[in-house]
Parts: sequence; C-alpha cells; structure tokens
Amino acid sequence: MRLIEEFQHRDKVFDFMMPNTSPALDVGQGYLLYLEDISVSFDGFKAINKLNLYINEGELRCIIGPNGAGKTTMMDIITGKTRPDEGSAWFGQKINLLEMSEPEIAQAGIGRKFQKPTVFEQQTVFANLELAMTGPKGVFTTLMAKLSSSQLDHIDHVLGQIGLKQQRNLLAGALSHGQKQWLEIGMLLMQNPKLLLVDEPVAGMTHQEMDRTGELLTSLAGEHTVILVEHDMDFVRSLANQVTVLHQGSVLAEGTMDQVQSDDKVVQVYLGE
Amino acid sequence: MTTHPQMYEGIFNKSTIRFLTVLIVVALAVPLLNALDSSNPLHVSTYTMTLMGKYLCYALLAVAVDLVWGYLGILSLGHAAFFALGGYAMGMYLMRQIGDRGVYGDPLLPDFMVFLNWQELPWFWYGFDQFWFAALMIVLVPGLLAFVFGWLAFRSRVTGVYLSIITQALTYALLLAFFRNEMGFGGNNGLTDFKDILGFDLQSDATRMALYVASAIALGLGYIACRMIVTSRLGRVAVAIRDAEARTRFIGYKVENVKLFIFVVSAVLAGVAGALYVPQVGIINPSEFSPLNSIELVVWVALGGRATLYGAVVGAVAVNYAKTYLTAAMPEIWLFSLGAMFVLVTLFLPKGVMGILQRERPDNDDSDGNNLDNGNDLDNCGVKA
Repeated sequence: MRLIEEFQHRDKVFDFMMPNTSPALDVGQGYLLYLEDISVSFDGFKAINKLNLYINEGELRCIIGPNGAGKTTMMDIITGKTRPDEGSAWFGQKINLLEMSEPEIAQAGIGRKFQKPTVFEQQTVFANLELAMTGPKGVFTTLMAKLSSSQLDHIDHVLGQIGLKQQRNLLAGALSHGQKQWLEIGMLLMQNPKLLLVDEPVAGMTHQEMDRTGELLTSLAGEHTVILVEHDMDFVRSLANQVTVLHQGSVLAEGTMDQVQSDDKVVQVYLGE
Repeated sequence: MTTHPQMYEGIFNKSTIRFLTVLIVVALAVPLLNALDSSNPLHVSTYTMTLMGKYLCYALLAVAVDLVWGYLGILSLGHAAFFALGGYAMGMYLMRQIGDRGVYGDPLLPDFMVFLNWQELPWFWYGFDQFWFAALMIVLVPGLLAFVFGWLAFRSRVTGVYLSIITQALTYALLLAFFRNEMGFGGNNGLTDFKDILGFDLQSDATRMALYVASAIALGLGYIACRMIVTSRLGRVAVAIRDAEARTRFIGYKVENVKLFIFVVSAVLAGVAGALYVPQVGIINPSEFSPLNSIELVVWVALGGRATLYGAVVGAVAVNYAKTYLTAAMPEIWLFSLGAMFVLVTLFLPKGVMGILQRERPDNDDSDGNNLDNGNDLDNCGVKA
C-alpha cells in the first residue's frame, strides 16, 4: 500500500529507491538534527525557504522570529505533520524524518509541545503521564499493558519534576493554565525523547510560573536536546543560550542573544526600522 | 517509594457489578415467571418475554455504539448496518433450516428463489446450512466490512461529521443493495417464515426462552468485553483520541490502528446482537439498514448517557419500551416524541439520564471530588483488576 502511495507522488524520487537507513540513532558527528535546504510553500506562499538548521546534542536552542517567520511550520516538518517540497531532514545520522509518520517520529525520540497546551482534559494528571510513557504503543500491547513498579516510580519522579505531585489524581482539565503547560512538558519527559520541541511554553504565564518553566527547561538541556520557540525576549535572554532568528522562512542570524540583538538585519526586521 | 493509591477503576467496578446483578436477575426471573401457570397473576407471557429478548439485543447494539461514540468519539450513524448484516447471516441459516417445508417444497432453494425462477443456490448461500458456518459469518461479515470501511476512512483521517455522513451513506448503500432481488437476499421482503433453529421449533416457548437467555448472556459478555477495553490503557488512549487526536499521535500512538480495532470490535458486537434479534422477531428485511434506525440508536445512547455503557443499556430499553407503548397507544406521536427526546436530552441532559442519577448520588469516595471522568465513577478497585 505504501508503495502504491509513493507511485502517486510523481514529482519526487521514490523513497524506496533511496538507500535504506538503519533506524538506530547515531549522533557520532555531534549534530542531533540536520535540516538542509528545506522549502515548503502553501498555495504559492513560501512558508519555509531554503532553511538550514543544525542542532547539537544536549543543546538548548531558542528560535525567535516575527509572526509568520515559519517557526511553527518548521516544527511541523520535524514532527512529520507537514512534508516539505524539497530538502532533507535527518535525526542523527541515520533517521530520515521525511519518510516517517508522526507516531514513528515520536517513537524515534522527538517529542513536541504545542503552542496551546493540549493535555487530555478528561483524564487524570497521572493518566496523562502514563499515556505519554515511552515504550511499545501497538494496539494489542496497549490493550494488555500493566504498570510495573519502576514505571510507577518514573511517573512519580516526573510528577515531582513538574511540581504536580499534589494534583496526580486531579483531572487535567481542572489544572491552571501554567500547570497544564508543565503537565505537557511532563508528558514529553515521559516519552524520554532525545529531542524536545517546545512551542511558546510561557505564553500567558505569570512571572513566577515563567521562572519555574525556565528552570525546568534549563534542567532538561544536557540530558535532552531542547528546541524552544519563543516570543518573549526577556524569557529567551534569561535562558542565555544559542539563539536562531528566523525571518521569511530562512535563518537570518545565529549566535548568543547579545550578538543577535546587535545584528543590523535583525533589528531591521524586528523593530521595523 | 510511598505506597501508590489505586489509580484506575477495574473491570468490575460498582456500576458494572450492579448492572450484571440486575441483568442476571432479569435473565432468570422472566423465564421462571413465564413457566408459571397462565392463570397466575405473576405470569409473564411469551410475547412479553420475546419483546424483552428483543430489547436485550437492542441493548447490546447500544453498548456497541457507546464503545465507539462515547469512548472513541466516532459518531457512527451506520451501526444498524452491522446489526442487519449479523441478522442476515442468521436469517440465511434459518432459511436453509426450513428445508423442503417451504411453500414450494424445494429441498434446497428458499421460497423466494423458486419464486424468482432460480435454478441453483447462489455460491454465497453455501455453508449456511451449517450453524457453525453461520455463526462464523455473523462475526466475520460485519467485522470485515467494518475493517475495510474503517481502514479506508481512518487512514484518510476522515473525522467528525464527515465520518458520520459516510457511515450514513454506507448503511443507505446497503439498504438499496439489499432491496434488489438480484442480490439474492430476498429483496424487499427479506428473509422470513423461519421454522427451526438448531433443530428446535422457533415457535415453542422453550426455544423462545433459550433465545431470551442467550440474548441476556450475549449482553453480559459483550458488556464485560467492552469494560475490559475501556478500563485498559487502550481505553484511555481511546478517550485521549476522542479529546485530542493530534496530541495522541504526537506521543506515538497509531491513532488509525486504535480506531480500527475498537470499530471492528463494536461492529462484531452489533452483528451478534442482530443475529440474536432475527430469530426472536422472525424476520429480517432491508428496512433494518434504513438510516433512520442508525440515528434512532444514537438517540438511545445519548438519552441513557454516553461513555458509561450501562447508560446505553438503560437508554435502549427505555426508548424501546416507550416506542412499543406509544406506537400502539398513540402511533402518530411516536416520531415527534423521539425527536423531542433527542432535542431535550441534548439541551438539558448532556450526560443523559444516567448523568442526573450520578449528580444526585456521587458513588465515589475520592476526596477531591473531581471525578468528572465523563460519568465514569473512579472506584478504587486496583490498577488492573
């Protein structure tokens, strides 16, 4: 069936003609994520235009850019929601993201947090974390799944990390906005991904909540690689890391926050001067 | 690590035990009362018993719909199709059981084929003289149709009202097809004039009693099977898909496969319900495929309360009792009252009749009082019972 589908895309080289790659994650060269010459357009509008992005293992990379710069589209490409018109996207050396479905990419070790907090509101905080837990996710394994005590401990550990121990049996829908954001980050942690994509985690948060989220994200980097898309400049500065500026679908500047902010091109697109 | 409070309700939570107890009592009491002398005031007539057997089949069908609608969020408006297909498979077996006792006395061909001047049995009627084969088809035909339909629909990511519309189209297409004489299923008149099942006379009280008890057992087992699914992690994944499908995909579940599995299980349950229904009502014809039937059964589930399973049973029995009563007493107002029920329930009782009962008597002892889990009472019955 897959073959038939591929024959329908006459405009590209059939995936099965490409040399096959091993699914094992290999970060021997240091880069965890390569995006090369990625372009995608929607109805003629180039959302992403020859984008190149390289992320090191263990890095916390902030991505900023004005509205419509292609930040969310870039995330969609990495997680398999959108397929680019051209370019290549590799996770480690050996995993070609462009030929995988969303669940396959998730299982390979890329977790995503959406802009709007999306948790399973009708289920408890505990159940939310349980569902996100790493492991085989086939229909029959899920039907027969039982929680082992080490898995219970893992969930408890994450509950502690995100500060929701008290709320474990509360329905996720009853949490505050900030708590939902943390729960969603917790769900990502349960997946134990190599790469975390976090889309505007502090939108709508109080300052206190922002500080806690910042701490949480900084503590994650190192063990996990984090790509953070954010609008809030102060928040990005407080994390003090490599910053990439996107503009009109390609990289405008890269460097530390101070370097980027003194860049003339950046000032121009950002402040409209 | 500290001791873990029990997280999830088990298969046999309070409501399930209560439901099964009522079901067992009803399943035993009605045949016993039926066996009483007809002069006894407690005597239940065979007519009433058969009627109740019919309700039990409807209840199983409603449970099947609740599984896909309440827990998975797929509003199927074509579930009566699976019910009717199961019914037809059983009907074909019952037709072959007639043998040479039909009006035309043909030893092999059912009456309608002789009437149409057919010379030989169509290939798809082979095997239906064997009960085991018919039983296999009762499960296989609805299951296979659901599999093919679901496979195509879910992988194309058809959801919401669009899916509801194509399920309506599915049942309507089957309705039109089964109306045709060339199809070889008796056309307009369907299959009827049944005599025996497994060699027992269908008209006898004892057979009717056995069919009634079989329907109750099927409902009980079907209910337990659904509880097993909804209390498993797969059941929680289903609710996750219902509430946030894209999110479920991004945490690594193949949403299509989960939907397909539950949809097929549901279709099989509907088929079994149909197969038990046909010998009790004595006829199966294409009108069972009518889109209205599928909509009506969604009303049962909505009225009883979604995502509870027992709500579906209560809704099916209540609406059908009302239907039996009203279509006899005031036939002209039945459709209006059905419509009114649906509108009123949607407006005022989004959780159905069972929702009111739960509000009045919260039967969980969780202190945070936050167990709104779509009407599920989180009894503390172990992580997995």
